[in-house]
Amino acid sequence: MELPDSMGKYGLYGGRFAPEVLMPALAELEKSFQKYSKDTEFQKELAYYLKEFAGRPTPLYYAKNLSEKLGGGKIYLKREDLVHGGAHKLNNTLGQALLAKRMGKTRVIAETGAGQHGVATAIAAATLGLKCEVYMGTEDTFRQKLNVFRMNLMDARVIPVESGSKTLKDATNEAMRDWISNIDDTYYLIGSVMGPHPYPLIVREFQKVIGEEAKRQVLEKEGRLPDAIMACVGGGSNAIGIFHEFLKDKDVDLYGVEAGGKGVETGEHGAALCAGTDGVLHGMYSKLLQDRFGQIKVSYSISAGLDYPGVGPELAYLAGEKRIKPVSITDAEALEAFKILSRTEGIMPALESSHAVAHAIKIAPEMKKDETIIVNLSGRGDKDVFTVAEALGVNL
Amino acid sequence: MNLKERFTELKKKKEGALIGFVTAGDPTPDDTKDIAEALIKGGIDILELGLPFSDPIADGPVIQKAGDRALRAGMDPDKFFEIAGNIDGVPKVVLTYYNIVLQRGLDRFCADCSKTGIDGIVVPDLPVEEAEPLLKACRKHQVCLISLAAPTTTDSRLEKILGSADGFLYVVSVTGVTGARKELSSQIKPLLKRIKKVSGDLPLAVGFGISKPEHVREVIGAGADGAIVGSAFVKIIEENASDKKAMHRLLKDYAAELKAATRH
Repeated sequence: MELPDSMGKYGLYGGRFAPEVLMPALAELEKSFQKYSKDTEFQKELAYYLKEFAGRPTPLYYAKNLSEKLGGGKIYLKREDLVHGGAHKLNNTLGQALLAKRMGKTRVIAETGAGQHGVATAIAAATLGLKCEVYMGTEDTFRQKLNVFRMNLMDARVIPVESGSKTLKDATNEAMRDWISNIDDTYYLIGSVMGPHPYPLIVREFQKVIGEEAKRQVLEKEGRLPDAIMACVGGGSNAIGIFHEFLKDKDVDLYGVEAGGKGVETGEHGAALCAGTDGVLHGMYSKLLQDRFGQIKVSYSISAGLDYPGVGPELAYLAGEKRIKPVSITDAEALEAFKILSRTEGIMPALESSHAVAHAIKIAPEMKKDETIIVNLSGRGDKDVFTVAEALGVNL
Repeated sequence: MNLKERFTELKKKKEGALIGFVTAGDPTPDDTKDIAEALIKGGIDILELGLPFSDPIADGPVIQKAGDRALRAGMDPDKFFEIAGNIDGVPKVVLTYYNIVLQRGLDRFCADCSKTGIDGIVVPDLPVEEAEPLLKACRKHQVCLISLAAPTTTDSRLEKILGSADGFLYVVSVTGVTGARKELSSQIKPLLKRIKKVSGDLPLAVGFGISKPEHVREVIGAGADGAIVGSAFVKIIEENASDKKAMHRLLKDYAAELKAATRH
């Protein structure tokens, strides 16, 4: 059976745990999405923007230097870092912003952690003529001030969130409160495969283009499916995006690489699949980092985009079914991978994507030379240079 | 006395119910009993105690901050039930988010309510579609699961919601989060009218944005059986944290003023 089911469930996970005020809006969104996902005009317009504006398809690049240095399997990079805006996020924001317009909404709001989803929303809103406001934890506005400025330049207003831990979790709370208060004219453009149904479905459908392209490309280049695919997991949109097309190909190992932070054993991490327990947050039943009373813990990662105490419900389901393998990578390992990829290939990965690169670096040496790995290089690292410089003790 | 008896009694007296909300544990768990007693002395008919959750998406800044203060002061569900069990005089209701109920275990949560004299549970992020498991546990322990309806609720959803509603219907007056507002929402009168056509004997209590005696008078006048006031009380607690005596006096006086507005 195609998941989610009619209740928006992926097995136990997902659903729609939202305040009553939002329930009719979520039903309306689901109906509109179903309608337009079958509408050829809508699909044509989206395809136009993805190709002419976002720059799709993105290359599947053979990282020859890195592969030879590691001396094992062949590593391919799915170059989502080359999507306009610098990350895969635009695939989803273009799709949802077009949907918002079709639904007659004039204002879009978004939550953002690293700022990549905020930037991608600002881009889509600017090109499609929508008013855009982005909630961002104050902590993140400092970590990612470059992205705050980029959003401002594109006429989006960034609203700093002071509540709670002042990160993505709290920005999401605040965006939901805004939506509750402005339901008539506002479209809440969620940036990951999370939140109440139908968001995990909508975001997956707009991101699955990554996997569809990657499959076509790897078959062209290698004549066979890859042996492993890895993607970093915060909420999980780039992971679902590349995994979805390969879910039925049982011989392809799918690794969801989470933020190990200072080490999962220290408690300072963002690894909800590896170390979380079942619960309800932000409208979904999923794996969460929480205490025994159900209070949500503050996650930690060097990369703002993975700094989230939950994970999309479909990934929680796939991990439970053992279809994906959750693993974690520490800050230090991600930084090392950032440096290695920059040096060997001339590609600076986002710190988020560096987690996926790091896991590839871990397992590639044990693979045979004719085996292949695809790493979803979900974003570029320019936004992270200040963070990396600080971690390396360099004063810019 | 339970919720049903309270509403019946008030109906006979031709009064609306004043439901007073405060966050349990704010500013510290030791304060809650005195705060509740001040409100009861002032004349609230039903006490609604918030059991704080780290991520309260339906709450505005005043109640968010109260929750943060309570959590920082060490509030947790174990302490909550201990405190709630020591407060009596009026029917009690708990408001919390679903994850808190879920992690305690639905059955255990309802059993704890029953044991501590809590007659109703309000869970703002649990819509009727997902409510069946908690409803079952509530029925087993004879606790009411209080349903919510909002201005955006369609007639067909309303029917579904009323099908399982118990205790009273929590009518959300605005498309918005909790918090005091200057004016009463214009959405409330048409909403009450629409609900009353189909709600039968179920009492209707209006909440979100009710902070002044004139708001209370207006919603009761519009046919509601009760008014829920939260942020206005919580604000008094916040502003008088350093002077407990003044806090209790102000809470009691304000409750009395609001209560007077429930009398026709």
